[in-house]
Amino acid sequence: MPSLLEVRDLEVKFALRSGDITAIDGVSFQLDPGERMGLVGESGAGKSVTGFAIINLISKPGYISRGSIHFEGKEISAYPPDKMRKIRGNRISMIFQDPMMTLNPVYTIGFQMIETLKAHRNISKSQARAIALEKLKLVQMPSPEKRLAQYPHELSGGMRQRIIIAISLLADPAIIIADEPTTALDVTIQAEIMDLLQELCENEKMGLMLITHDLGVVSQVTEKIAVMYAGKIIEYGPTETVVHHPVHPYTIGLIGSIPGSIEPGKDLKQIPGMMPTLTNIPPGCAFNPRCELAADICTQQTPVLEEKQNGIMAACHMK
Amino acid sequence: MIAFIIRRILQAVVVMLVISLVVFAIKKEFGDPVRDLVGERVTPEEREQIADKMGLNDPFLVQYGRFVKNAVTKGDLGRSFLYNKPNLEVIVSHAPATIELVLGTAFIIIVLSLPLGVYCALKPRSWLSRFTMSFSTLGVSMPVFLTAILLIYLFAVHWRILPSYGRGETVDLFGNGIWMTGLLTIDGLKHLILPCISLSTLMLPLFIRLIRSEMMEVLETEYIKYAWAKGLSPRRVWLVHAFKNTLLPVITVFGVQIGIMFAFTLLTELVFQWPGMGFMFLEAVNRADLSLLIAYLVVVAALFVVVNTVVDILYGFINPTVRIAGTK
Repeated sequence: MPSLLEVRDLEVKFALRSGDITAIDGVSFQLDPGERMGLVGESGAGKSVTGFAIINLISKPGYISRGSIHFEGKEISAYPPDKMRKIRGNRISMIFQDPMMTLNPVYTIGFQMIETLKAHRNISKSQARAIALEKLKLVQMPSPEKRLAQYPHELSGGMRQRIIIAISLLADPAIIIADEPTTALDVTIQAEIMDLLQELCENEKMGLMLITHDLGVVSQVTEKIAVMYAGKIIEYGPTETVVHHPVHPYTIGLIGSIPGSIEPGKDLKQIPGMMPTLTNIPPGCAFNPRCELAADICTQQTPVLEEKQNGIMAACHMK
Repeated sequence: MIAFIIRRILQAVVVMLVISLVVFAIKKEFGDPVRDLVGERVTPEEREQIADKMGLNDPFLVQYGRFVKNAVTKGDLGRSFLYNKPNLEVIVSHAPATIELVLGTAFIIIVLSLPLGVYCALKPRSWLSRFTMSFSTLGVSMPVFLTAILLIYLFAVHWRILPSYGRGETVDLFGNGIWMTGLLTIDGLKHLILPCISLSTLMLPLFIRLIRSEMMEVLETEYIKYAWAKGLSPRRVWLVHAFKNTLLPVITVFGVQIGIMFAFTLLTELVFQWPGMGFMFLEAVNRADLSLLIAYLVVVAALFVVVNTVVDILYGFINPTVRIAGTK
């Protein structure tokens, strides 16, 4: 069976005055129907750009400079705008990070839901309204009828994120790309939203691409994990295995720095240093200046992502 | 919503009281109305009597109270010795010319600044955008009277296609002699073109730039990016989602600028010999008709306040967050 989404050797560059800089460097992964995948990394690792690249919505001056994105068997990375538009919000939905900023403040919830449906389906307003109500119920929104007439500022952050999830469900998409969907929310709401997302994906057989820096969340929700560092995927494999038996020193460091992974009373481990900026990536393995295992080869050759143990792919010379 | 409107109107009344108080207070510094009335040859005792009779020796607040009372109950803002008519009547007869001038100018500004501002925001690198932006700098930096004289030279003197002064043919709008309008005759409209263009040169560039920068800012927001991610068409993203948010600050500025425009008509009316309130004001200054000056200032202030109140209420209709604050 062909994958639902197959990203191959994706490279994204940003055209700056001082020259192009590479934000995503040869990223490959795939997502099967109904599969849930986590894309993990620090800020600036290129997770969000990867997500936006899939629906070709990278902020200017970014552009896809190499690679392919196959979705439902078709190569979509070079689709013209109007063809791409039929995929966005329809076959691939996106959930943004901050629900307070995502909805247009001057239009009602109903307006913003109905217009999305009408952009993709040739249906009447009342039909669209009925679907909107149905999806609001699906995300367990209390008194959904009332919400349609409300403006975003009348709702709390958690409610707004539920509405955005409902909007992303409107057209019954094949994939939802959720870019840090819970980062801007309270911890209690975070768990609710994540549970809801997971449940919906399971029940509706939707693929989920969860972009986050929170390994804890990823390990609960996803089946597969890709760890990104400085624009590259450096570890890729089943969530269970990666979380319990990580291969790449960076992943080991990340997992070691989560409270709960270590006996109470002991200091948390931390990875020394910071991730390099995109203009200043060290030669060889980008992680080498921070790596405990770094050897000469690490500064000379860029490691490729290859099968290591337990079905995990990792990009490291030393393992 | 109703509570919001009532509150705005109450605020407007307070503002009017303060403005009239300030205007009334400067009256004393402008000279002696008794001397203006009776001349030099009357004895000081007789002057005192006249001043007493006119209430000029009453305490300031009593005089001001009388002024407000007359203004509110009888619509009486005093009498102009220059025209020998009640001030309000003089002003009302001059108002239509100025209002039509401002309306025409506002029309030009709205019709041109909205599409141009939006276009410049969407296609900042295009040839038309660059031209508009540099031309608008020129517009801002040219004084109104210079633009006006240039326009007269080109269109009235050189090409002889438009009239250079006056309102041209006017007709009675309501049939009661109060509002003589130039908007309904070809000749009247022709006379309106040059004054309106010259008056708009000052505000038009401002609005193009304002709309452009607001729109550019809105286009960068998350909700616009989300609108794209929902798969909406560019038309819908730009004209429905971005445009309405762009308008919010623009409407506020527009309200203030319309008020300011009433003041700026002074120069335009002078150059084009436009028989409006600005022209009347200059005449009143020349002849030191103090009573008319005060009445004019009060009326212009009232216009300013009314326009701003209307705009604020309009804003409340467009921006849902204001409406909520008002009903709480």
